[in-house]
Amino acid sequence: MSKKKVVLNFPPHLIDQPITYRLIAEQGLKVNILRARITPKEWGNMVAELNGDKARVEAGLRFLADLGVEVELLAEEVRWREDRCIHCTACLAPCPTRALYVNRATMKVGFDEEKCIACELCLRVCPYGAVEVAAG
Amino acid sequence: MSKTIQEINDKIKQGRAVVCTAEEIIQVVKEKGLKQAAAMVDVVTTGTFAPMCSSGAYFNVGHATPRIKLGGGKVTLNEVPAYAGFAAVDILMGATAIPDDDPRNKVFPGKFAYGGGHVIEDLVAGKDVRLTAATYGTDCYPRKTLDTWIRLADMNEAVLFNMRNAYQNYNVAVNLSDRVIYTYMGVLQPRMRNANYCTAGQLSPLLNDPYYRSIGVGTRIFLGGGQGFVVSHGTQHNPGVRRSELGLPQVPAGTLAVTGNLKTMSLKWLRGASFTGYGVTLAVGLGLPIPILNEEILAFTAVTDADITAPVVDYSEAYPNVKPEILAEVTVAQLKTGEIAINGKRVITAGLSSYTRGREIALILKAWIEAGTFLLTEPVAPMPASDSGYRFKPLTERPWEGLPGAV
Repeated sequence: MSKKKVVLNFPPHLIDQPITYRLIAEQGLKVNILRARITPKEWGNMVAELNGDKARVEAGLRFLADLGVEVELLAEEVRWREDRCIHCTACLAPCPTRALYVNRATMKVGFDEEKCIACELCLRVCPYGAVEVAAG
Repeated sequence: MSKTIQEINDKIKQGRAVVCTAEEIIQVVKEKGLKQAAAMVDVVTTGTFAPMCSSGAYFNVGHATPRIKLGGGKVTLNEVPAYAGFAAVDILMGATAIPDDDPRNKVFPGKFAYGGGHVIEDLVAGKDVRLTAATYGTDCYPRKTLDTWIRLADMNEAVLFNMRNAYQNYNVAVNLSDRVIYTYMGVLQPRMRNANYCTAGQLSPLLNDPYYRSIGVGTRIFLGGGQGFVVSHGTQHNPGVRRSELGLPQVPAGTLAVTGNLKTMSLKWLRGASFTGYGVTLAVGLGLPIPILNEEILAFTAVTDADITAPVVDYSEAYPNVKPEILAEVTVAQLKTGEIAINGKRVITAGLSSYTRGREIALILKAWIEAGTFLLTEPVAPMPASDSGYRFKPLTERPWEGLPGAV
């Protein structure tokens, strides 16, 4: 099994096409959409995780490229620096996927990388620099 | 059944004192009842770790050769301006100071990446800090400029001095406007999408002794990882506010001014903080021991998060314009679930005070007392009490209208 986090940039002429559907139905990939912004007549943008065996993921990426979708590997990821975290919980409110969470018994903050969609909303909320963006 | 501080100190020296944290005492009182618990327990320890803007540190940096008079000159530490209106080599760094060339909020919201709080953190971490000075020369202090590395160990005195800490209760901040706002209470999403609170709740020092019965000038405390002292009541001390049946203030009330030797403190308990769009501050760890002199004092320490209510205030309109409007009152227990209801709307909550670190401070203080390395102190003078008439006033402006007789 292969898992890749990618940024898909859709040129305006493609945004009315069901590309994600075809990626699932025709290419047989599991697509987990992490973030997407599609507006008429503009370049669309989607961050997604593609799951499948290695050959399928590669075929899926070729399929996207052939259609004219620009594919980039997600180059940045959010890292939680436990050494800098004071466990105040300020980061919990903006986190849309609860990747940043608190254990209510201990009131200690934790970070689940798998759930993070790199939206970076936590960056300006943490006063202690305990979340940072790093090359993925 | 009552005890004196002297009797408790004798037990501490003999290693016989019974100490509970402000969390542990809740269960002890529930199980044993007030009378038995008061006889058994000698000290209850509290703790809080949160941003406290009125924090600062003063330093004596030693005399250079030839001598230089920093007093009256301009001084910076890592490019952050320090106050130098004292004698030759005494300077003061405030937590919220920022470099002259920091862009502030010119590109909104500003980052405020480095300031006085971070200088204090870096010094406590043992790092080298750049000290610069530009001043005028005198016959006795001929030198005019200075540019040198310095670290905490090089300083003669390095003293944390916080004119207001340990606020007794605090607002819960929300934003009723339709744009994101950036405040000292964090980033607040429009139309009340989140609520930020800042209290250690049942661990909070002054909520465990709401009438300041055991605290006063000279009380020894945990401060920044070392041992410090209460100087007096803090600025904005406002003891006469409305209180619940348990005596708990229902809005921000008492405060403490505290001090301690910075050289005994540690990085874990003093942390510079950058609030987007607002500025720099310092998170300070503070713990207060409460001697259980009688049942009444013990009863106060059994306070729980469910007993403490905090006022919900709109930081887009009411707070900046000093309007006394309170949208709702919520308990700390509700705030700590991660969600509250305000006028029927569900609102996500997040804290600015670290509860887990507050708990750790109470446990450290407990361990110090049990080990006999921390003795309790008799207050030298009391704090202004709730019935003292002492209150916190707003500024009444009297605009300057020019010099009399000037044309």
